[in-house]
Amino acid sequence: MANVSIREVHKRYDDFHAVKGVSLDIRDQEFLVLVGPSGCGKTTTLRMVAGLESITEGQILIGDTVVNELPPMDRDIAMVFQNYALYPHMSVYDNMAFGLKMRKFQKPEIRKRVEQAADILGISDHLKRKPRQLSGGQRQRVALGRAIVRNPQVFLFDEPLSNLDAKLRVQMRVEIKKLHQRLATTSIYVTHDQVEAMTLGDRVVVMKDGLIQQVGEPLELYNHPANKYVAGFIGSPAMNFADVKITSAGDRLVAENGAMRIAVPDAMRQRLAPHAGKPATLGIRPEDLRMANGSDPAETTFEAVVEVAEQLGSEVILDLSAGNSTMVASVEPTVRVKPQEKIRLAVNPAGLRFFDAASEAAI
Amino acid sequence: MIEGGVWRRWVFFRIPLALFLIFLLFPFYWMVITTFRPDNELYIAWQRPTYTPFWTWHPTLDHIRFLFRETAFATWLWNTMFISICSTIISLICGVLAGYALSRLNFPFAGGLGTTIFITYLVPQTLLFIPLSEIIRNYNLGDTPWALILTYPTFLIPFCTWLMMGYFKAIPKELEECARIDGASRWKAMLYIVIPVAVPGILSAGIFAFTLSWNEFIYALVFLSSPQQKTVPVGVVSELIRGDVFFWGALMAGALLGSIPVAIAYSFFVEHYVSGLTGSVKG
Repeated sequence: MANVSIREVHKRYDDFHAVKGVSLDIRDQEFLVLVGPSGCGKTTTLRMVAGLESITEGQILIGDTVVNELPPMDRDIAMVFQNYALYPHMSVYDNMAFGLKMRKFQKPEIRKRVEQAADILGISDHLKRKPRQLSGGQRQRVALGRAIVRNPQVFLFDEPLSNLDAKLRVQMRVEIKKLHQRLATTSIYVTHDQVEAMTLGDRVVVMKDGLIQQVGEPLELYNHPANKYVAGFIGSPAMNFADVKITSAGDRLVAENGAMRIAVPDAMRQRLAPHAGKPATLGIRPEDLRMANGSDPAETTFEAVVEVAEQLGSEVILDLSAGNSTMVASVEPTVRVKPQEKIRLAVNPAGLRFFDAASEAAI
Repeated sequence: MIEGGVWRRWVFFRIPLALFLIFLLFPFYWMVITTFRPDNELYIAWQRPTYTPFWTWHPTLDHIRFLFRETAFATWLWNTMFISICSTIISLICGVLAGYALSRLNFPFAGGLGTTIFITYLVPQTLLFIPLSEIIRNYNLGDTPWALILTYPTFLIPFCTWLMMGYFKAIPKELEECARIDGASRWKAMLYIVIPVAVPGILSAGIFAFTLSWNEFIYALVFLSSPQQKTVPVGVVSELIRGDVFFWGALMAGALLGSIPVAIAYSFFVEHYVSGLTGSVKG
C-alpha cells in the first residue's frame, strides 16, 4: 500500500501539450477516478504513473520514491487495460501467473495466489481455458485477477469497462467497488463515464485539455461544481444552462433573460452582488425543475414549450425550449404533456448555480 | 453466394471455376505426365494414331533414375535445401528483430528507415547481381554455398522485415505494456509475449522466404559454376539442356522433385500460414 504523489507533471509530444501541470495527492487506500472527455490527458497521466510514458516535466512519487526514471516493472503497480490485454497464447492460469513467474515466485506460492484470486473473482472453473474462449466479462475478470495476484502497491485502471455492454458494465462496476473494499489497495481509475466516476471514486478528478478542472468527493462535484464545465459534465441528464443578466430589483437580485425572470435566493445574494448588471450563466439541474402549481411564487417559475417527452417509468424527461435556450427537466412520472404544449416549470431555488459569463468559473 | 436458379450457379460460378482450375493446374499435370512417360512415347510424331498426349499406358521411372544416376541431382537437392534453410533462418532472425524495432521502438527516422528497407527490396535482382558478384569475388566466396546464403538475404530481409512490421503493428501494444508492468523487461516481453503471439506471421514470412530462395535462379546461375555446387533450378536447366537437346523427361522429373519440398512446406504450415495472412490476434 502506498500513496501516490503527482507534482506539477507535464507531458509534451512534438507539437502537442497533452498534460499541462497536473498535481494530485492520492492517499493510501484511496480510490481516485480521473474523468474527462477523450484527449483531456487523463490516460496520459495514468500512463506516466505506470511508467509507459516518459514524464516531460515534474515528479511522480509512489510511496516515498520518485519513480520518474524507474521502468514499469520496478514500480510495483498493476494495470488493467480497456482491451483486457490478455496474453492470447496462454491459459487463464498462465496469464495470472505470468507476473509472479517474472518475479521468480515459488511454484506453490504462485498456485496458491492464482487460485485465491480466481476464487475471489469467480473464475476458478476457467483456469485452463484460453482467453478467446471467454466472454467479455470473464476476460475482464481475468485481467483483474492478473492485477490482484501480485498484491501491488497501486492499481491502475484504464477505462476497464468501456468494452463491455451496458448491463455487464454496471455489474463489473459493483465488483470493482467490492474488490476495492476488500483489498483496500490505492487505485487510480480512468474513465470518460461520469456515472462510473461518481459511483466508484472516493474522490473524482475532472480533467479537460490537460488541466484539472476540479478535485473532490463525488457529491461535492455534483453540488458545488467549480465551473461551468464540471457542472455540465457531472450529472445525467446534464445541467441546463441559460444566458442571463443579473439585475437588482429593489433589495433583491434577479436573473433574467427574454424567457425567464428568476429571483436569486437570499443565501446567494452576497456572492452575486458584485455581478449585478453583468451577464452570467444560470445553471439548473433537470432534477431541480418540476411542474409549477398555483402556490409557486412567480419569481421561481418560468414558461417553456414541450418539444419531446420521454417516459422512463420512474420519471419523465422533458425536452423543452424556453426562449433561446433548450432545457431538460426531469419530472414526476404522473405528468402527462403533449409536444408543443406550453407548461410552467418551477425551480428549486437551492439548486440554482451561477457562473461568470467570461471565465465560466462558479460564482 | 450467387442467388437464383441452378443454371446461374453453373454458368457464373462452377464452370468458370473449373476452367480456371484447369488452366492453373494443367502445367503441373503436364509435368507429372511427362515425368512418367517413356522416351519412345515422348518423341513420336503427334500425327501417329498411337499418340496419347494426356496419358500414358507405360509409366516408367527411367527419367527419375536417370536424374539420380547420371546427374548430381541429389547433391543439387541437398545444396538447395541447405542454402534455403540457412538463408531463411538468417533472414527471419534479422527480419523479426528489425520488424519489431521499426514497429515498436520510437526512434528517430523509424518511418523513413522502414520505407528505405522496402525500397531496397524493389531493386531488381537482375541489376543487383552485378555489384554483388564483385563482392563475392573479392571475398573468395564464388562457387560455395555461402555465395548464396549471404546474398539471398539482400532480398529476403527486406521482405521479412516488411511483413513482420505489419504483423507486429497488428498486435495490440497493451499486451507488451502489460507484460512490462507484470515484471518483464522489454527483451523478455518480446520473447515471451510478442514473438509467441506473432508465430503465424513468422511462419508465413519463413515459408515465403524459403520458397523465394528455393526458386531463386539468377544469383545461383551467376555465383555457382561447378556442377557439384549447383542448386536444383540451375542444375536442372544447365545440365539437362545440352545445346539444343532437351532431356524433357529428366527435366520434368527434376522440376517435379524440385517442387515437392516446397509443396510439403506449404501444406505443413498451411493452417498457420492462412491464419498468418488473415491476422489472428483479437482481444
